[in-house]
Amino acid sequence: MSRVIVSIGGNRVKSIQPTTIQTYLDAHVSMPLYVHVETTNGAYATHNDPDFHNAGMFIRNVVIEYSIGQIKGEGPYRVGLKLDHGWLYVEGLTDYEQHGDQLLLAGHDRLGRLACALHLDIKPLPQGASEVESQ
Amino acid sequence: MNGPLLVIFPHPDDEAFSSAGTIIQHHKNGFPVTYVCLTLGEMGRNMGSPIFTTREELPKIRKHELEAACAVMGIDDLRMWGLRDKTVEFEDEAELAARFSALIEEVQPARVISFYPGYAVHPDHEATARAVVRALQDIDASKRPEFLGVAFDHRTDAELGKPHVIIEVAQESAAKREALLAHRSQTEGLLRAIDNAENAHVMELLQRERFYHYPFS
Repeated sequence: MSRVIVSIGGNRVKSIQPTTIQTYLDAHVSMPLYVHVETTNGAYATHNDPDFHNAGMFIRNVVIEYSIGQIKGEGPYRVGLKLDHGWLYVEGLTDYEQHGDQLLLAGHDRLGRLACALHLDIKPLPQGASEVESQ
Repeated sequence: MNGPLLVIFPHPDDEAFSSAGTIIQHHKNGFPVTYVCLTLGEMGRNMGSPIFTTREELPKIRKHELEAACAVMGIDDLRMWGLRDKTVEFEDEAELAARFSALIEEVQPARVISFYPGYAVHPDHEATARAVVRALQDIDASKRPEFLGVAFDHRTDAELGKPHVIIEVAQESAAKREALLAHRSQTEGLLRAIDNAENAHVMELLQRERFYHYPFS
């Protein structure tokens, strides 16, 4: 399956390179990180197909620390983070973008629509009014 | 219809699909248009076709797209309220309705366009519709602006019947298409389908915009 990635404005959404992701995960062990985790089928899944059971979630700007962080699979990839009292797990990841300590992992379907995301950063991710103000 | 128009939707592009032609007509007739867009569609699933953005960049992209679409439609008063996509239904509904009441008081619209409660499919649409109707309900019938509600649930025709207001927008069709295309991250794939005559629903929306009046008590 080939994916066409276009970059604009300095953005660079790239197919996941597992070694790059693993390097980030190793470098951020035991470090407080703000996390955004999400899965989605899109808001119109059930409107478009009444038999489809729509489910999704997101959690944004919760702080976590992990003792082990690994990326696994042949693509789409899985990431598991071992937390003090549990786990954070995401599957279906295909693409990434990294800006220093900010790592954005995303899973896109064959039509390029977002299916899941895992974002990690040492700073809070932008939210609400700050997004309106942002350029 | 004479007089100022107030448009209230939760996501950038809701206005273009449902009402761009009507908005353009108001502008052409020399009446001001105010558009309150509650969120920046931060949680949209489309990242461009082909992909050109990320979840974190999407709000910035959609903000620029929204401003470009408003320029096409002649909306000179765009207000972004900074709520977050998918969370409108969890805000305090009375508080949101009170903000709409103050907005209506300020803008003094002759006509308000928003979603029609119960038939608007997306939870953010429904929450917006409920709060708009709540604000309008509080206004004395003799002073209440005309409300044009957008309904597109599959139950709409069976339960609400034919649209109460059908606005012919064939003359504005090219500009409406341009407004839709301004929301590029969300619509590029869709507009390709229209060009290939694969989406009858949107093709029809380029010719006619359909609205329902709400039975205020």
